[in-house]
Amino acid sequence: MTHHKPPPPPRIALVGNPNCGKTALFNAMTGARQKVANYAGVTVERKEGLFVSPAGTRVKVIDLPGTYSLRARSPDEEVTRDVVLGRMEDEEVPEAIVCVADATNLRLNLRLVLELKKLDRPIILALNMMDEAEKQGMTIDAAELSAALGIPVVPTVAIQTGGVQALLDQIDRTIQVAETEGFAPVHAQCGWSEPNAHDLRDYHREVERIIALSVTSPTRPHLATHRIDTVLLHPAAGLAILLTLLFLMFQAVFTWARLPMELIDGGLTLVKGLVDANMADGPLRSLLTDGVIAGVGSVVIFLPQILVLFLFIQILEDSGYMARAAFLLDRLMGGVGLHGRAFIPLLSSFACAVPGIMAARTIENRADRIATIMIAPLMTCSARLPVYTLIIAAFVPQRDVLGGWVGLPGLVMFALYAAGILSGLIVAFVLKRTILHGAREPLLMQLPAYRLPRPRNVALGLFERAKAFLTRAGTTIFALMVVIWFLASYPGAPEGATEPAIHYSIAGMIGHFLEPVLAPIGFNWQIAVALVPGMAAREVAVGVLGTIYALSDSGDSLRSSLGGLLAASWSLPTALSLLAWYVFAPQCIATLGVVRRELNSLVWPAVMFVFLTGLAYLAAFTTYRVAVAVLGG
Amino acid sequence: MHNHARHKAGHGVKLGSLGKKARAEIVGLDETGIATPLQAGELERRLIEMGLVEGAVIEVLHEGFPRRDPMAVRVSDHTVALRRAEANAVIVQVIEE
Ligand SMILES: Nc1nc2c(ncn2[C@@H]2O[C@H](COP(=O)(O)OP(=O)(O)O)[C@@H](O)[C@H]2O)c(=O)[nH]1
Ligand SMILES: [Mg+2]
Repeated sequence: MTHHKPPPPPRIALVGNPNCGKTALFNAMTGARQKVANYAGVTVERKEGLFVSPAGTRVKVIDLPGTYSLRARSPDEEVTRDVVLGRMEDEEVPEAIVCVADATNLRLNLRLVLELKKLDRPIILALNMMDEAEKQGMTIDAAELSAALGIPVVPTVAIQTGGVQALLDQIDRTIQVAETEGFAPVHAQCGWSEPNAHDLRDYHREVERIIALSVTSPTRPHLATHRIDTVLLHPAAGLAILLTLLFLMFQAVFTWARLPMELIDGGLTLVKGLVDANMADGPLRSLLTDGVIAGVGSVVIFLPQILVLFLFIQILEDSGYMARAAFLLDRLMGGVGLHGRAFIPLLSSFACAVPGIMAARTIENRADRIATIMIAPLMTCSARLPVYTLIIAAFVPQRDVLGGWVGLPGLVMFALYAAGILSGLIVAFVLKRTILHGAREPLLMQLPAYRLPRPRNVALGLFERAKAFLTRAGTTIFALMVVIWFLASYPGAPEGATEPAIHYSIAGMIGHFLEPVLAPIGFNWQIAVALVPGMAAREVAVGVLGTIYALSDSGDSLRSSLGGLLAASWSLPTALSLLAWYVFAPQCIATLGVVRRELNSLVWPAVMFVFLTGLAYLAAFTTYRVAVAVLGG
Repeated sequence: MHNHARHKAGHGVKLGSLGKKARAEIVGLDETGIATPLQAGELERRLIEMGLVEGAVIEVLHEGFPRRDPMAVRVSDHTVALRRAEANAVIVQVIEE
């Protein structure tokens, strides 16, 4: 090896069954030094981190999706297989593999180890959750296990400080050995080929033999999990608890986020006041206050709500409840032809359809997967929350119903979410009965033992979310808002104009051009303007309304809030119609893009766009007409 | 390896026909006649990968809704959820206590 240029840091890949603690181990090793190429929720995208080993080597770690076998069954598991086998484009074969195993549940993990051994690469077995194993009275002879498997075995506790020290030391040793022997050739032919049923039975027997040698376990493990499941998986009680949980989640999105949102709002007003006081009137000040603060600010303000939503999803995921939800809903969702596992992508879609659609990779069968992906955008994503919140705050009175337990705004919100879910189920039913018919993929999933979610892991997950959201607000949304501000400000009003200047701007012209098409559903030209950039990012619609009304506000400074402005200038049917429109809200570009990428097809995103726009128009039209008839225009 | 005091009742039945609390030993896998979108032999391989293989002792822990479907089955020291339709590919001998 030459020493002219430092070699790239060696890379290790974390491989293991789902829920064995890979992400926790990854967090313990890298801390906050990690880069998620995409969204949180389930580990679907490539997660990379960096740490400095005890011997001072910089090492890269990759957290891979959980799998039971290299015989990948789903696109998600294909990622793991391809990285490990070096088949992934733009991705070098990792120098070593750390196979993570849940020590309380070794059989399925050890089968994977035997398969990985065929690769002829350096492998370390991390026996994770050793604390749980000890609590259950299991004893595992690591030395015996190591001898039987022919690879180093280290016990770890990913959730304790110092709990991964043995693993870090072993990584150093493994890297050192690999370095002196020279790193294995990158595209070496490996000894792995897809095992058949006979091979699998052989592996199984071998695992049983090894376990008999090295593990003594109690006769009845997981007693606590079993007791909890007696309630949570109960046909009646379990479903009732699941529904209550979802309802609480949406209530919390409102109530918990209120205070931080008010604080952000106060901060924005303060900044706007400072800018107004210290800058001369002119285009720059208008860009700052009307474009940046009114526009980007009205998006950033929703960070608390998005975080609350992700907090719930993360906790449900980490505790092991998600698999229970899939179990409870499998038969019911089967009624409309969906797989129980569709629950996770669909629930993630409430945060954002993009990670939701990516999470659908855990569904193996293509028809099942397409059906799930097509309805994912009907689950109200958090980007639509700003729109809902704004309109509800402006038009729905704050009143307690059901004896003060629930606020009326919360109830309206719940109805909007329910409308999305219901129509999603109907669409899935129709799809599975027509173009996507066929038997469902088998369920076959493990119900992991319950674990108390760790604040540190949850916090790291949320931190990633916040970072992604703010980056987006600071880049895409910021750029869009500047463009919108420009379109809404130029050209200026002609001499002797009677209307506010925005009326004569490019944005005004676009709005007036679209108005005839949208008039039947009660939208005015301001809404028409907001819908166009809303395609790029739905939450921008609110920002646009903020900018437009800020610019057209003819000096009436009494109505400072956007909500107040809207309440004064829209009719109730228009507001309801816009809500109905947003239940179906034609896709944002990011969603259509990810559908194209995930399904590798242009047809499906096109179908999605057309049917969602159609549904949105239909729903808004019906809502508007009914509302006008009942309430009067 | 298994407790000799228990005796296995009769010959094989399908796992999908068992009720809650039933204990059994797996005696074979037979996926013929099961409707899945999978290739031939694939269901069998997946079942083995989840630990549902000859010799494993299982216990039915929970049942879903409606029609008691899917079912959660303890296999050695982990729990697997599967639909009754697919569980029918697993042939078991019930263990009477
Ligand atoms: N008691 C205990 N819990 C752990 C340990 N490692 C991970 N966990 C918990 O197990 C759950 C699943 O871990 P996670 O990292 O998400 O698993 P992954 O699916 O393999 O990424 C989380 O609630 C973790 O907090 C451990 O060593 N001991
Ligand atoms: Mg993970």
